[in-house]
Amino acid sequence: METQTINKKQKTTKVTERISGSEAIVRCLIAEDVKIIYGYPGGAIMPVYDELYKYQDKIHHVLSRHEQGATHSAQGFARISGKVGVAIATSGPGATNLITGIADAQIDSTPMVCITGQVASHLLGSDAFQETDIVGISTPVTKWNCQVTKAADIPAVLAKAFYIARSGRPGPVLVDITKDAQFEEFDFSYEKCTKVRSYKPVPKTDVKSVEAAAKIINAAKKPMIVWGQGVILSEAEEAFKAVIEKAGIPAAWTILGASAIPTSHPLNVGMVGMHGNYAPNILTNECDVLIAIGMRFDDRVTGDLNKYAKQAKVIHFEIDPSEIDKNVKTAISVLGDAKASLALLLPLLDKKSHADWHQKFKDLYAIEYEKVIKNDIHPTKGGLTMGEVINEINVQSKGEAAIVTDVGQHQMIACRYAKFNKTKSNITSGGLGTMGFGLPAAIGAKMAAPEREVVSISGDGGYQMTIQELGTIFQQKAAVKIVVLNNEFLGMVRQWQQLFFDKRYASTEMVNPNFVAIAEGYYIKAKKVTKREELAAAVEEMMASKEAYFLEVCVEKENNVFPMIPSGASVSDVRLE
Amino acid sequence: MSTEKNLYTISVYTENNIGLLNRISAIFQRRHINIESLNTSPSEIEGVSRFTIVVNMTEENIKKIIGQVEKQVEVIKAYYHNDNEIIYQESCIFKMRSDLLFDEREIQNIIKESNARIVTVNKEFFVIEKSGKKEEIELLYKELSSFGIMQFTRSGRISVTKQEMKISTLLETYNN
Repeated sequence: METQTINKKQKTTKVTERISGSEAIVRCLIAEDVKIIYGYPGGAIMPVYDELYKYQDKIHHVLSRHEQGATHSAQGFARISGKVGVAIATSGPGATNLITGIADAQIDSTPMVCITGQVASHLLGSDAFQETDIVGISTPVTKWNCQVTKAADIPAVLAKAFYIARSGRPGPVLVDITKDAQFEEFDFSYEKCTKVRSYKPVPKTDVKSVEAAAKIINAAKKPMIVWGQGVILSEAEEAFKAVIEKAGIPAAWTILGASAIPTSHPLNVGMVGMHGNYAPNILTNECDVLIAIGMRFDDRVTGDLNKYAKQAKVIHFEIDPSEIDKNVKTAISVLGDAKASLALLLPLLDKKSHADWHQKFKDLYAIEYEKVIKNDIHPTKGGLTMGEVINEINVQSKGEAAIVTDVGQHQMIACRYAKFNKTKSNITSGGLGTMGFGLPAAIGAKMAAPEREVVSISGDGGYQMTIQELGTIFQQKAAVKIVVLNNEFLGMVRQWQQLFFDKRYASTEMVNPNFVAIAEGYYIKAKKVTKREELAAAVEEMMASKEAYFLEVCVEKENNVFPMIPSGASVSDVRLE
Repeated sequence: MSTEKNLYTISVYTENNIGLLNRISAIFQRRHINIESLNTSPSEIEGVSRFTIVVNMTEENIKKIIGQVEKQVEVIKAYYHNDNEIIYQESCIFKMRSDLLFDEREIQNIIKESNARIVTVNKEFFVIEKSGKKEEIELLYKELSSFGIMQFTRSGRISVTKQEMKISTLLETYNN
């Protein structure tokens, strides 16, 4: 009883301190346990940078080379750590440069808080220097956003921002703070936000829906699971593994679900979707029960919805009610946090093995191996392939590395062939398909998890979209391993041009610079490989490096990624050549 | 579920927030859904706003829209109803030349029969106000237009539902 009264007392007597709005911003970040932020200074955010200078022993500010890079770094940080990534920028162009990263975080459910400076409140709406309506611009791509014009509002708004960004289905939040609010002094105190009246981040799980789901799963002859990032975001990996192992259900992943369970797990049957594996795509249209967990039936996963799993009863475990029946009609939906729902499901499941059903996946894998995989990862003739580079990295990293990819052919190949032993190891731009994501995201990932090997894999196109972040790598001494798979093309677009536009290669051929010289210009160790026999030694040297290392691998120019579900076709129309 | 389009009235209970109108209208704009009318006002609960949005769409799609609206952090709850489930009204105002009142006896009859009322009269013009269903307002417009309307404006739909919407109870559970 005594402790309770003490607690009550503490709650009522707020300790306040008179400080400026800008100092308050930094103090709020410290209170939220933020240790690293990414950003770029400028006029309207200068008071905050002045405070960051004073608090540099508590918060490490990483100077990106472009605000877009700052957002992707914050995203990489968030994706590998599960914590909220923070990016900061000035008003006007600084703020608009954040938008791509914010949109990426929104569609890939990445927790991120962006803080932007804004012109002084008396200038709002006057077309002042570097004024832009960033709250208006960012509205459709943020989970929540807010403009602050009074210093006294800063603590509550930032507390709310962090709470909203990380809770429920995570997402990006933008807080725009006018310069006068940064200068204004007020009585500061900070209280973490634990609820917002109108916001229910995690819907209550209906036990009856879990029971109904269990009943259908227990009666299934050919059940199949497709899991997404929801499993990783709710840290449900162990519960998920227990469920599939007990019920003996083959489980396939969406691109963002990769690494939730090890690649080598016998029930892991590969990736679904446009460039996913043959077996899970074909058998999506053969299973009798399809259990979707923490995924949203993106069109790149489903292909033609009219021909998607029509024979199956669909069970959807999902935290976001608006995803239920959005694309695929469900027989049963289980709302709630994946970890909690799966824990409720586990004891209700019968122990099964479904051996014959498994065999079907193995048989189809054998076909895919023979027709595609073998030639991708163990080619005997022709130029180097992207697949054999990924395979070499697998071998030398023993599957322990976090793989950060950009967007395009290399991304599909990397996600198909990378071996993951640990969760949160696949960091990529899935929903938005943001070229230029990889390199800066790798910086954030390496800084959040310095003990881990972080390998950034990009194509020659996307790499040049944020190549300036080599400067950040150099300045921060971030030991990122950078691999560029150079086919001198915007490979994925070229592949589509070949298959669907009669080989009219409009603006997809790249005339590239000397990438090694550019890396060396940033004092990063660099090497270029053009021959198969040089590959293993070069990857070995890269992996052994204690500091950042750049490896360019010149690969076959016109290789295609297969399997492939042509855009708008059914998952059963997946092509192997 | 019906795949034919119907007129639906969406009631959204929200926190009173500056950017929320933008956030909600963007949901419709992004999906090419034309908003037939939109009204924002305080609600029966202090500090809670109410949006009344009228759209013409299928029930399947409106369910998805409701999901997207409710997903917004500052939205407390959203409902959709067809016209049979609500009591609804619109309001309109006509400005007309004052001499018509004396020269055209018929105008007085039109005003009387349509249950409209005269808000103000001065030397130059007089103002008629009418609340009712869209069709009634359209009929009145038709009848008055031959005399020359100086100005006309019509409000968005406002409505109450026949069934209870348990917002207060909902807010209490949120607070606990």
